[in-house]
Amino acid sequence: MTPAQIIFLITAIVTLGSALMVVTTRNMVHAALWLILSLLGVSVTFVLLEAGFLAVVQVVIYIGAIAILMIFAIMLTRGISEKEGPQINRNWPWALLISLAIFAGLAWMLSSWSGLSTQIIPLDSRVDTISQLGQALVSPNHYLIPFEVASVMLLAALIGAVIIAWDGK
Amino acid sequence: MIPLSWYLIFAAALFAIGIFGVLARKNAIAILMGIELMLNSVNINLVAFWRYITPERITGQVFAIMVFAVAAAEVAVGLALIISIYRRRKTIVAEDIDMLKF
Repeated sequence: MTPAQIIFLITAIVTLGSALMVVTTRNMVHAALWLILSLLGVSVTFVLLEAGFLAVVQVVIYIGAIAILMIFAIMLTRGISEKEGPQINRNWPWALLISLAIFAGLAWMLSSWSGLSTQIIPLDSRVDTISQLGQALVSPNHYLIPFEVASVMLLAALIGAVIIAWDGK
Repeated sequence: MIPLSWYLIFAAALFAIGIFGVLARKNAIAILMGIELMLNSVNINLVAFWRYITPERITGQVFAIMVFAVAAAEVAVGLALIISIYRRRKTIVAEDIDMLKF
């Protein structure tokens, strides 16, 4: 095994283990902390895939913004969330069955796909992927319109979140 | 090197865990966490396919950035909804929020 494979296996085990803790642990604050570990594992996976910019964005947006927002929401609704009873509903065997069926279906579909044995080719060292990504996002021939639509959507979400959470006083 | 199949199986497992979280958890914030896990597994797939299948075109990474934007918007609005419901109904258990049900 190469060092990259060993790093990948450790990352995958940590990520999947902490994801399991996210969906099973009773304490919501602990679930949010496990979620942060899981997101960090995904960021390491991006590094292994040589997508450095996405790894940084993963840490900044997911861990720095989304996970912190979740912790704030948990603290604002504290006490009600972990008072009594189990944290999973009574239909959980069905949920387990559905998720196992989806995993098995995806694995079966992947095993019959011919492109699975595609070999990795080294990236062209003359091309800088970050500048390529930046050019693609603002070039009219590539993804300018989706980029603008995404920024309008973020503005709409910002205004919507303020209006929804406003208590009217 | 790491085979492509490892990434895809890893992403599929993360997606299945996320689906379990969405379907089984009572707390609405925990359901949002499950959705985050699912979006992350999709991002792993997008970047893995970019790296292995079409490394000369940047499409996979652009799509992953769009997923980031959608995830940020979804969490902001979702948590605002949860806080608003908590303020009016004093609960964030998903099965108790049934105002639209006859």
